Amino acid sequence: MIVVESLRKTFGAVVAVDDVTFSARDGEITGLLGPNGAGKTTTLRCLYTLMQPDSGVVTVDGIDAARDPLGVRRQLGVLPDARGLYKRLSARENIAYFGRLHGLDEATIRARSDAMIGALDMADIAERRTEGFSQGQRVKTAIARALIHDPNNVILDEPTNGLDVMATRAMRQFLKQLKSEGRCVLFSSHIMQEVAALCDRIVVIARGRVVADATPDALRAQTGEANLEDAFVKLIGSEEGLAA
Amino acid sequence: MNAFLVVFLKEVRENLRDRRTVLNTLLTGPLFAPFIFVLLINTVVTQEIEKAEKPLPLPVVGAQYAPNLIAALKQQNVDVQPAPADAERAVREQDADVVLRIGADFATYWNKGEPAQVEIIYDASQRYASGQAGRLRALLEQYSERTGALRLLARGLSPRILNSLSLAERDQSTPQSRASQLFSMLPYFFILGGFVGGMALAIDTTSGERERQSLEPLLANPVPRWQILGGKLAATTMFALTSVLLSVLAFAVVGRFLPTGKIGMTLEIGPHFVVCTMAVMLPLTALLANLQTLVAAFAKSYREAQTYVSLLMFVPAVPSMMFSFVPIKTQAWMYAVPLLSQQVIITRLLRGDFVPATGFALCVACTLAALAFAYAAATLIYRSERLAISA
Repeated sequence: MIVVESLRKTFGAVVAVDDVTFSARDGEITGLLGPNGAGKTTTLRCLYTLMQPDSGVVTVDGIDAARDPLGVRRQLGVLPDARGLYKRLSARENIAYFGRLHGLDEATIRARSDAMIGALDMADIAERRTEGFSQGQRVKTAIARALIHDPNNVILDEPTNGLDVMATRAMRQFLKQLKSEGRCVLFSSHIMQEVAALCDRIVVIARGRVVADATPDALRAQTGEANLEDAFVKLIGSEEGLAA
Repeated sequence: MNAFLVVFLKEVRENLRDRRTVLNTLLTGPLFAPFIFVLLINTVVTQEIEKAEKPLPLPVVGAQYAPNLIAALKQQNVDVQPAPADAERAVREQDADVVLRIGADFATYWNKGEPAQVEIIYDASQRYASGQAGRLRALLEQYSERTGALRLLARGLSPRILNSLSLAERDQSTPQSRASQLFSMLPYFFILGGFVGGMALAIDTTSGERERQSLEPLLANPVPRWQILGGKLAATTMFALTSVLLSVLAFAVVGRFLPTGKIGMTLEIGPHFVVCTMAVMLPLTALLANLQTLVAAFAKSYREAQTYVSLLMFVPAVPSMMFSFVPIKTQAWMYAVPLLSQQVIITRLLRGDFVPATGFALCVACTLAALAFAYAAATLIYRSERLAISA
């Protein structure tokens, strides 16, 4: 369970996030939807304590991010926008490195790695060095290492960015599986269809503010548009930066 | 396992797999300098020996005016050669190192018992030629003294009245201290070895990691940043230290094969020297690794980091330059300055001079203090938000 209250973050004179409030519940997929530059990535970075908000409160499973950032990060599995791997290590070694940083013992790392490699269908690349991996193989490895500690909360920043159709479908399937395991899944996207197909709850962000926070159906009702895409355009007030 | 250790082991393992880093750290860095040294010293020694043993080639203008002088020179291992068309030009264009010119009126002055002029034509800016000219001057002065003494004897006077002083020189240099002049750049090579050894990792683990987009996921782990930084620094220091150790050992081996004994010098790099040098180099290497990391973390990109770190390399050269151009007496305060203290201690060890225990203690303590300061600064940079985010 992730709760965000009145989050605000500025970079000099630029207000990146301005009074953002929402919550992502366990057993649900929450989509953070917004055009490019709306403040999605900055919001997520405040959640996994890479950045400190100017004001506002972030709690993850009841832990206050400002007071106990390490405790918060322990509860989170994070796939950031940056998902570089160590190219001279194999996929399995990349995953094990993060397991050790979480303080897991070697037996647990072994068992969890095998589980993630199975779930993400990456047995064929597990022992290979990651140099020369395709975009899809890189994302799989990055997700596996992010979830090595079996976190209850999963944050993914534009997880389908750069993936082909097959990989995107596999990713959606994987997110649904995480949800069915009772986890809290929060992901950002600027792609309408993706959010519509997956989310139990949609938080629409534009210019650093939350302009809507509802289920897909409620969103349609709220805007009076039958089509979600039209609803989205109406909410953010322009067609700028909208990729469909 | 402690996160510090996890990061350290991963950086070491990953970089050991990088052939270029390993080559630079364990081969080029530590072995390049000794190699250059062997070449350099061999050339110098061979030149010294040649100078002393080989006949001095000497074109002479007007040899026919002073047959006795020429005969005397020939006896002193001088190879008298025919005169060039233009003596000055031959010297300027380095066709001849030295040319001797004897005037047509030589015999007239000589017979009158007056100083007869001979000219030594040479180029003082040519190091080797100026040595040859010195050799010729000594021979001529010898000849002049000898005939002068004979003239005095012929007039019934003792040649000893010419000498009011009886000179005796007592040189206090030892074969080791004479060698230290030649080896004054050695401490710099050790420091440079550490620098080159740590460079690849310092850049790779900071701006490299950020540019490859793996720093943000790394920092999302529940580990304090100072521990991550510490692990990276330890790995960088390890590589740099290995490089220094190899460099010292390489010099120890090379020292045995240098023909320095022939020119009255010895280079003593024994176990005592290796242990003492490593003891003072350990904190310095950690300090340099820290500074490199600091600079690399500060840079916006990999390229920028490379430029900054390369520029940083000139800093340790300053005390070395100072020492090779200006002879400076060791002062107590020098032991308190990192970099300078290592320079002073290693130089004294090379010369076989005594280094006080307080000097060692002060050197290590002050370098460690500087290290703590640099580490604090690096932690501060690591704590900043911008660090993780690539442009």
